[in-house]
Amino acid sequence: MITELPPAFWFLAAALLAPLFPSGPRKLVLLTAPLLALVAVYFLPEGVHFSYNFLDQEMALLKVDRLNRVFGYIFCIISFLAVLFALQNNDRLEQSAAMIYAGSALGVTFAGDFFSLYIFWELMAIASTFVVLAARDQASRHAAFRYILIHLCGGLFLLAGIVLRLHETGSLAVEFVGLSGLSSALIFIGIAVNAAIPPLHAWLKDAYPTASFSGAVFLSAFTTKSAVYVMARTFPGTEMLIWLGALMVFLPLFYAVLENDTRGVLSYSLIIQGGFMMCGVGIGSALAINGAISHAIVCVLYLGLLFMSTGAVMYRTGKTKCTDLGGLYRYMPFTCVCCIIGAASISAFPLFSGFVSKSMIVSAAGYEGLTMIWLILMFASSGVFLIAGIKIPFFMFFGRDSGLRPKEAPWNMLLAMGIAAVLCFGIGLFPKPLYNLLPFPVDYLPYTGAHVIGQLQTLLFGALAFALLMLSGIYPAEIRAINLDTDWFYRKGGRLFFTNCEKLFNGLNAFGDRVFMQELPAVLARFAKDPAASLQKHGVRLLVEATGDEEHLAKRLAAAEHRTRHAAYPIGGGVFLAVVFLVVLSLCYILL
Amino acid sequence: MQTEKSGWFDKKTNLTLFLRIFYACLALLLVLDFFVAKHPAFGFDGVPNFFAAYGFISCVLLVLGAKGLRMLVKKDEDYYDN
Repeated sequence: MITELPPAFWFLAAALLAPLFPSGPRKLVLLTAPLLALVAVYFLPEGVHFSYNFLDQEMALLKVDRLNRVFGYIFCIISFLAVLFALQNNDRLEQSAAMIYAGSALGVTFAGDFFSLYIFWELMAIASTFVVLAARDQASRHAAFRYILIHLCGGLFLLAGIVLRLHETGSLAVEFVGLSGLSSALIFIGIAVNAAIPPLHAWLKDAYPTASFSGAVFLSAFTTKSAVYVMARTFPGTEMLIWLGALMVFLPLFYAVLENDTRGVLSYSLIIQGGFMMCGVGIGSALAINGAISHAIVCVLYLGLLFMSTGAVMYRTGKTKCTDLGGLYRYMPFTCVCCIIGAASISAFPLFSGFVSKSMIVSAAGYEGLTMIWLILMFASSGVFLIAGIKIPFFMFFGRDSGLRPKEAPWNMLLAMGIAAVLCFGIGLFPKPLYNLLPFPVDYLPYTGAHVIGQLQTLLFGALAFALLMLSGIYPAEIRAINLDTDWFYRKGGRLFFTNCEKLFNGLNAFGDRVFMQELPAVLARFAKDPAASLQKHGVRLLVEATGDEEHLAKRLAAAEHRTRHAAYPIGGGVFLAVVFLVVLSLCYILL
Repeated sequence: MQTEKSGWFDKKTNLTLFLRIFYACLALLLVLDFFVAKHPAFGFDGVPNFFAAYGFISCVLLVLGAKGLRMLVKKDEDYYDN
């Protein structure tokens, strides 16, 4: 029964059913759905399932192989952990939106054709917007509005690319596309928006930090990672991705150093981790693709863990900014330990999950002789430790005492964080089971002496630099400020566009209103009140005024007035107008 | 809210101990680097303690770069609200 339905079904069913239940059973429904979906993903045989005909094309709701099954697993696992973490947030909107979000991410992952993929892609955009909105404050409302505009725009690029591709190749199958021609470029841009490739990355940092304490955990898992999957499926070995990936790991580092909001720092870290994956996909060798996929899998876990630890602190203290936090290890020791494990994993500390995946990508860059890329990746490895590995735990749990005296996080949050932490540590310790799930056979040893020593040196001497810069006061202080990013172009540019449109079109409107609705009718009304007299007076003015004889003019005007008042005409005013009208009409007819 | 708790790092001796262990690890790593078999991909990454120097310099450059960036992009928190 479980295996006869697509994995996404369980999430969508839970999203529809859960709101009908009272609070207690609802949580049970929400916790069950990811587990059922996980079983479904496990038992799905490889190959095409649920095919249907549409537009004379063979569509496939599910096409299972080694590349997407592993994403299926991790999406189900993180959904379960996120739901477990979110039990305190009894918000029906967020619960249902998160279930649809997770389900549509699975839909994208397993879609065998671009049409099904596009449907789930847009569903994912809408559902994730509601996850942002579920924080129910002004900041999240505004951010969600920008978020949906960006994602709909990206979705339209994708759709245009898909339609052009169907026209060119006659095929909708989700397979290797490769960057050549307009249709593939449009598809590439559409995916790049979700993968947060600069300059299309600013939505992530804009929206994620405004979500609720639990919403951010869901958000961190699906959108970017499903885009990594689609990129690995459609554009492996695209050289441009290597350089875009290098830009992705480089640029956000500097912003992350300056960022004050802990969840903002994590958002930048999320983009940076995506950059490593994009590099791997771009290099395209078996080792690099394995590295990119395994890095995406472990990234879901450790970023989920880090967003959970910041979420737990936010739940207990209501604060997320470095300037407001500090010294919490005394009060939330378990959360602190979990956060440190997440931080060690994202920094790729030996024995933690990031190490066994990221090193594959860096090694692949080395084997391909990409010196510049390798240097940038190593720079970023050291930098990530500074911003996510040290900065996040240091400013939240250590550093100065903020005066906050919170209780430890509730049991379910601790359990969710604990499971994620054990997985992060376990994968780092025993990478074999993860390696066995990867698309290509793995012939790679992460734990060699040179490699471990080299990585430890990179990280710990980076830490030494942090300590020295901190002590010498060179390290830029955490301050309440925002740092302009590419979203400036549409946030300020959008406002400029609006202001200009407002001036232009409302000005045009006001001008039209004044001339055609007020002045012209008034003139016409004055004229039509007594057309014959008006015409006579105009004629008199025209003929007599030029002579300068004021007296004569006044006399002639009075005569015209007199004639009109006594209606001393052979015809009435209405008839006169009709005659004028007919004359004009016949003139038009003759002349034109 | 809870009553005051003192943490492990509140004791000055503990902090000193932590820093000493940290420095000892750094020294140990510098020494160990001479005893592992290396397979450098480019050549320059086989230089003894290359990674220590590169990691250190990376972080310094990152922080200095960020300080420079702040001058360019810093705005008030309500910048977009007006």
